[in-house]
Amino acid sequence: MKRDYAKEILAGSPQAVARLISWLEDEDERAYSIMEELYPHTGRAYVIGITGSPGAGKSTLTDKLIRIMRKGGLTVGVVAVDPSSPFTGGALLGDRIRMSDHSTDPEVYIRSMATRGFLGGMAKATCDVVKVLDAFGKDIIIIETVGVGQDEVDIVGLADTTCVVLVPGLGDVIQSMKAGVMEIADVYVVNKADRDGADQLNMEVNARIEQDIHIKMSGWVPPVNKTIAVDNVGMQDLWESILKHRAFLEESGRLVEKRRKQTYQETLRMIHNELFRLIRDQLSEDGRLDRLVEEILERKRDPYSTMREILSEWLDSTPKYKEAL
Amino acid sequence: MFDEKVLEKIKAGKEKWDQGPVAKTLAKAPEQKPVFTTISGTPVERIYTPLDIAGLDYERDLGFPGQFPYTRGVQPTMYRGRYWTMRQYAGFGSAKDTNARYRYLLQQGQTGLSVAFQLPTQAGYDSDHPLSMGEVGKVGVAVDSIEDMKVLFDGIPLDKVTTSMTINAPATVLLGMYLALAEEQGVPWDKVGGTVQNDVLKEIICRGQYIYPPKPTMRLTVDLIEFCQKHVPRWNTISISGYHIRESGSTAAQEMAFTIADGIAYTQACVERGMDVDSFAPRLSFFFNAFTNVLEEVAKFRAGRRYWAKVMRDRFKAKDPRSMMLRYHVQTGGVTLTAQQPLNNIVRVALQTYATALGGAQSLHTNSYDEALCLPTQEAVTVALRTQQIVAEESGATDTIDPLAGCYYVEKMTDQIEQDIDDYIKKIDAMGGTLAAIEQGFIQKEIQNSAYRFQKEIESGERIYVGINKYTMEEPPPTNLLKVDMSVGDVEAAKLKKLRAERDQAKWKAALDNLRKVSQTDENVMPAVIEAVKAKATVGEICDVWRDIYGQYRPKEFV
Amino acid sequence: MAKKIKIIVAKPGLDGHDRGAKLLARIFAEEGMEVVYTGLRQTPEMIVAAAEQEDADVVGLSSLSGVHNYFFPRVVELLKDKGLNDVLVVGGGIIPVEDYDFLQKSGVKAIFGPGTPTMEIVNFIKSNARAR
Repeated sequence: MKRDYAKEILAGSPQAVARLISWLEDEDERAYSIMEELYPHTGRAYVIGITGSPGAGKSTLTDKLIRIMRKGGLTVGVVAVDPSSPFTGGALLGDRIRMSDHSTDPEVYIRSMATRGFLGGMAKATCDVVKVLDAFGKDIIIIETVGVGQDEVDIVGLADTTCVVLVPGLGDVIQSMKAGVMEIADVYVVNKADRDGADQLNMEVNARIEQDIHIKMSGWVPPVNKTIAVDNVGMQDLWESILKHRAFLEESGRLVEKRRKQTYQETLRMIHNELFRLIRDQLSEDGRLDRLVEEILERKRDPYSTMREILSEWLDSTPKYKEAL
Repeated sequence: MFDEKVLEKIKAGKEKWDQGPVAKTLAKAPEQKPVFTTISGTPVERIYTPLDIAGLDYERDLGFPGQFPYTRGVQPTMYRGRYWTMRQYAGFGSAKDTNARYRYLLQQGQTGLSVAFQLPTQAGYDSDHPLSMGEVGKVGVAVDSIEDMKVLFDGIPLDKVTTSMTINAPATVLLGMYLALAEEQGVPWDKVGGTVQNDVLKEIICRGQYIYPPKPTMRLTVDLIEFCQKHVPRWNTISISGYHIRESGSTAAQEMAFTIADGIAYTQACVERGMDVDSFAPRLSFFFNAFTNVLEEVAKFRAGRRYWAKVMRDRFKAKDPRSMMLRYHVQTGGVTLTAQQPLNNIVRVALQTYATALGGAQSLHTNSYDEALCLPTQEAVTVALRTQQIVAEESGATDTIDPLAGCYYVEKMTDQIEQDIDDYIKKIDAMGGTLAAIEQGFIQKEIQNSAYRFQKEIESGERIYVGINKYTMEEPPPTNLLKVDMSVGDVEAAKLKKLRAERDQAKWKAALDNLRKVSQTDENVMPAVIEAVKAKATVGEICDVWRDIYGQYRPKEFV
Repeated sequence: MAKKIKIIVAKPGLDGHDRGAKLLARIFAEEGMEVVYTGLRQTPEMIVAAAEQEDADVVGLSSLSGVHNYFFPRVVELLKDKGLNDVLVVGGGIIPVEDYDFLQKSGVKAIFGPGTPTMEIVNFIKSNARAR
């Protein structure tokens, strides 16, 4: 008997969710029809992004936030993203450890994901996973990622409220500015605020906010929350900041605007990804890609005309696309 | 230590030897390996000569036993005066079962007790807690309340033995029970001697029996040290442990370096509490591992003694010589034991015991040959104890003090390990101290990388392990293994139920309320803990009070 | 995209000896697996919840404190209760050979004792993990 995953997910089956997420990670085509069925049931969850350098305490913050949310009766989904090794393709996913208090709570679903080092792949899968957990009925979805690299910035773009976590002593402000993470913060968290340099860091962040002309124009000044997550200090205030930002987005109409932007990006990206995947897979299948690469290397051809040649083959000869043209 | 002219002659001689006989022999037959290394991966030269220790200054670097820098030992007569304390770690099943084994061991000539507690007790849970399922009485004895403590030491007068307790995060609770029991036996606290491990940092680094986050758990540690300094003067308030660091895969130098880093953190915390360094430092004790590479182990112990003495004198400005002495217990290396051909382990343990004796330890536990298979049987425990007795009585290792001093290789390696320790301590200082280094995962990662390297060496055959990757053979499955009765859990749960029903409820509640109140202030918790255990509060109940106030530690895992 | 083997590495009970578990976690990752390390003090319920949520193909259990006869079968049993029958369960640590038979009958597919070459474990997992 063929299983109806969409129905199972809507009925609350964590196993069906788990399998669908695996298919999304694997880019398994079985996922897409299910996603189509789930899509009408999405758009209800509120999405929080938590990003910051390794060792900033993201998982501990997430753990304590979950506790507050659960006390408030909210259900929670967590996507914790860690990098895959570019050399072996494997990954060590350790974020569950600090959330183990919630691991048997049926209203909390935690999923660890590896980036799998594929162009845009992580962003794509994460975006889909958020939808799955949304359709699954989670009130809040937390995306936890290391904030380095464009891909992660992309992911944060998925969030309604993005928290950027900084800690004293890591040179975080400069690093984060370089990585382009400072711009995307809706809420700043200065974690491990009992450490030397916390006040300094606080000043730096505030100065940064002062200077940023875009922030002044936006109508929302990101609050800077001090926390010591491991001792559960400052967590309630952080949660209030997130709620305030949510209220701001909803009351100002920005939430709709933000999601329109996201949908625009996402739709384009999906088309891009799927085209890319189809072409890549077909070219790789019969070894043609390798041959092309060799020829390009030997300067028998160039990559520019190769690109045009392939594209024209696809756009002209595939009936589906011919029709579209 | 050597005349310049003599050194020059030796240098010339060595060059000649290298180019002559060595080169000739190598041309005919290469050596077995391109590089020889210790089990820690340190390269070992073909020979060592005075050239390797040309900078050694006898007075400065070695001195005499019982004198700074204690390289040669902490007592003037060492084993000529008294052997090390032969202390076998033991505990399983109920307090009654363990009491029987203690009496047996004392009869066999053992001179001190060492309590192995079950994991629930170590993790601060009662035997009937859901997380205790399957664990009760397994790797140690079940002690939930003072009632169990009474049974455990039944017929053993606490002023006649010294007792070492492997207990860390809940150390205050178990020491509280022991002191309350001493009171009941009519033994004054200043006649009570022994050790609690009380080393919570290494639990976080590698052993896993933590409960609270670093800061509050350190507070409890320091409370215990402070209390004993005032009221239990013969008690070793902490046993700063490298043993488990080594078991987790570190090298010999890392074991010593990270243990000393922990020692610095505890000393610093006590000083910050306002205690004078010489008031508590003489009661700080240590606990190390001994692997089979005898000479490297001896060098490790000697380097550790020398470095610690300098740390206490120079960093903490200690004046009392006893503050500068690295006194330590040793346990032979658990991870060196193989499940394959288990009798071979007797030989490993014998070499490790020999290393411990040559290294100058104050007490020793020898592992039983069957411990890679199960908890040790009585027969295996006896062989382990006899191993110590043979080394002490027959080998001659105890006749003269620090017999390897002056050995070019051992002196060179002592210097080298001390240098490695110093490099690590400097690095850790630069990170902001031991707690910061732990929090950043630095220490954990260093250990794990060593463990990984070692595993790869074994699997590639680069390092030989008898019975594992060479000289292997088919063998029948071992028999005669110790089994712990699974029903201990039910028995303990029933005992707890009865205890909870029959104790004086008002007294119990008042004691726990008081403990809660005290724990939220800066006041020392020990008196309140002792009152609570006397009121028959259990380990789990007391630890829950602190879980409630301090929260629980969740490690950052650095794999 | 190539499918990855997802494996949970867990320490059931209160045993803190995690040298082997961490070492294997690292080696599994180097062999291209996605490894979820759950840390210490896991109840069977926590391990099975993790396996369910992570859609794990394999659950690797490590115990050195002598509680394997209780914990390992319990994990298998809870997985079955949830209908996760195709999850490969393997175990390691200090486990007397005389217990192997009982554990295998309870559904633990392989037990790896001290001294097992890590590649033997990796290969067993690679050839016995389910397809999804």
